[in-house]
Amino acid sequence: MAGREPLYLDLMTWRATKNALAGLLAGLAGGVLLVVLLVVWGGAVFSLAAGPGGWEHAGLYVAVAVLITVLVPWVVQGLTALQRARLRATLGAEIPAPVRPLRRSGHQLAYHLLTLFTGVGGALLVPLFPVAPGLARRVTRTDEDLARALLGPGRREELAVRVESLARSRADLVAAADAERRRIERDLHDGAQQRLVSLAMNLGMARERFEGEAEPVRQAIAAAHDEAVLALAELREFIRGLHPAVLSDRGLGAALSGLAARAPLPVRLRVDVPRPASPGVEAVAYFIVSEGLTNVVKHAQATRAEVTVTRADDVLRIAVTDDGRGGAAPLIPAAGDGTGLRGLAQRAAAVDGTLSIDSPPGGPTVIAAELPCES
Amino acid sequence: MRIVIAEDSVLLRDGLTRMLTDGGFEVVEAVPDAGQLLRAVAEHRPDLAVIDVRMPPTHTDEGIKAALVIRRQFPDVALLVLSQYVEESYATDLLSEATSSVGYLLKDRVAHVRDFLDAVRRVAAGGTALDPDVVAQLLVRRRDDPMDRLTPREQQVLKLMAEGRSNAGIVETLRVSPSAVEKYVTNIFLKLDLPPTSTDHRRVLAVLKYLGS
Repeated sequence: MAGREPLYLDLMTWRATKNALAGLLAGLAGGVLLVVLLVVWGGAVFSLAAGPGGWEHAGLYVAVAVLITVLVPWVVQGLTALQRARLRATLGAEIPAPVRPLRRSGHQLAYHLLTLFTGVGGALLVPLFPVAPGLARRVTRTDEDLARALLGPGRREELAVRVESLARSRADLVAAADAERRRIERDLHDGAQQRLVSLAMNLGMARERFEGEAEPVRQAIAAAHDEAVLALAELREFIRGLHPAVLSDRGLGAALSGLAARAPLPVRLRVDVPRPASPGVEAVAYFIVSEGLTNVVKHAQATRAEVTVTRADDVLRIAVTDDGRGGAAPLIPAAGDGTGLRGLAQRAAAVDGTLSIDSPPGGPTVIAAELPCES
Repeated sequence: MRIVIAEDSVLLRDGLTRMLTDGGFEVVEAVPDAGQLLRAVAEHRPDLAVIDVRMPPTHTDEGIKAALVIRRQFPDVALLVLSQYVEESYATDLLSEATSSVGYLLKDRVAHVRDFLDAVRRVAAGGTALDPDVVAQLLVRRRDDPMDRLTPREQQVLKLMAEGRSNAGIVETLRVSPSAVEKYVTNIFLKLDLPPTSTDHRRVLAVLKYLGS
């Protein structure tokens, strides 16, 4: 085997050997130091319990016990740093540090006591490394795994860090999507929309100017004009659906009053948001109301609707109520369904909020959402 | 009549200039942003300024802010604000300082040339021209008991009054007799506890004040 893969094997064996020998030195030094400290500490405590001979002795024992109690965590930290440096230097392995190292002192102490034995054991196996590369690899891996398990962050801490990073990356994604919508809105506003207004205006002027022309000409111009005006209205609604400009300019209250006014049924609007939420949360709130009202118009057979948006401390509460027939389907999360109320539930969840729908047969239907908003 | 136009899109700036010129108005200058608008108004002292809401540098509500500055510095200049979106909150800002010689229309309205030129004349003559969308948004805030007391026909008439229409305009739009319109107007003022007024303009003021309160 050695003859077939000489370079790789030599490198591997050399690293394993270096690591095992360094492990022996570090393990012996650390283990012996800790054992001595613990034995002295134990002796001091035992002597104290057994009844010290005189105040001077008692004072000495107490001082020694306290000193070692204070010292051990620092020694453990130092040894941990040493072992990390060893694994990095010999194996290139990065052992992540726990966020709160002192809480993991027990595990680290156990590791350093253990290395007294594993260090010696690993070093004893070194002579076998050149002929048994599998063994070398296993010893090295065990060494590394042990360090990871006892010197690295605990499982709970690892999860907490992971959750935090997931939450951050998700918030970044939501913000990026919002920014993208705003950019598209802006591009459409500056481009297609202006061009279409200009087209409709020119056709309008043509319509006036050619009033005396033959009927077919007038009809053709009139049809083109009407079409342009319709296209303009549709484009405006589409762009507003992407991201209403007034939301960025004037905030949620202004954007919602526009929404309520455009609804084809009477909407009573109550907005009590003394401190604005973040732009991302306000956008979600806006689209919940928008989609909620669309839903009322489409399905509820309602004669009126009520929208309330209130902020209490760090929660934005949204309710869209109608006087319709009720019986709307409950929210069942479905994969890949990004439209309608389910899409809204997903958008609410993306900012750590919740969305619920209460719609007993006969009504009324209440779509309610709670969105957390910091600051 | 002399007009200054502020609009950042070249296409629309040229189009508006052409339409207003064809309509018999004199466009003394057309500028692309709010800063140049203020300069042009100070220089030319026009009868009317046609102003786009969203202009550089922030592309938000520069036009509204500029309009309010013009109203304070040059109260004689009539203001017609155009917006891609008609939002009640912009309208409230504008109307808080200017209730006469002022217009606020959706940009799409330029496609209806005759109506648009009518609105220009009305505003320049000291009247108001509010987009039906704005009126609807103002009404939604007041969708309370007094509004419930109005019949659907009276609500229609109220909206038209808020848009700045005269009795004759309302007669034409709703295809009813002048005496019927007068009756609706009297009823509306009675039901909303508004002081009765004779002139169109003071009537608009009363309605706007009611809507804005």
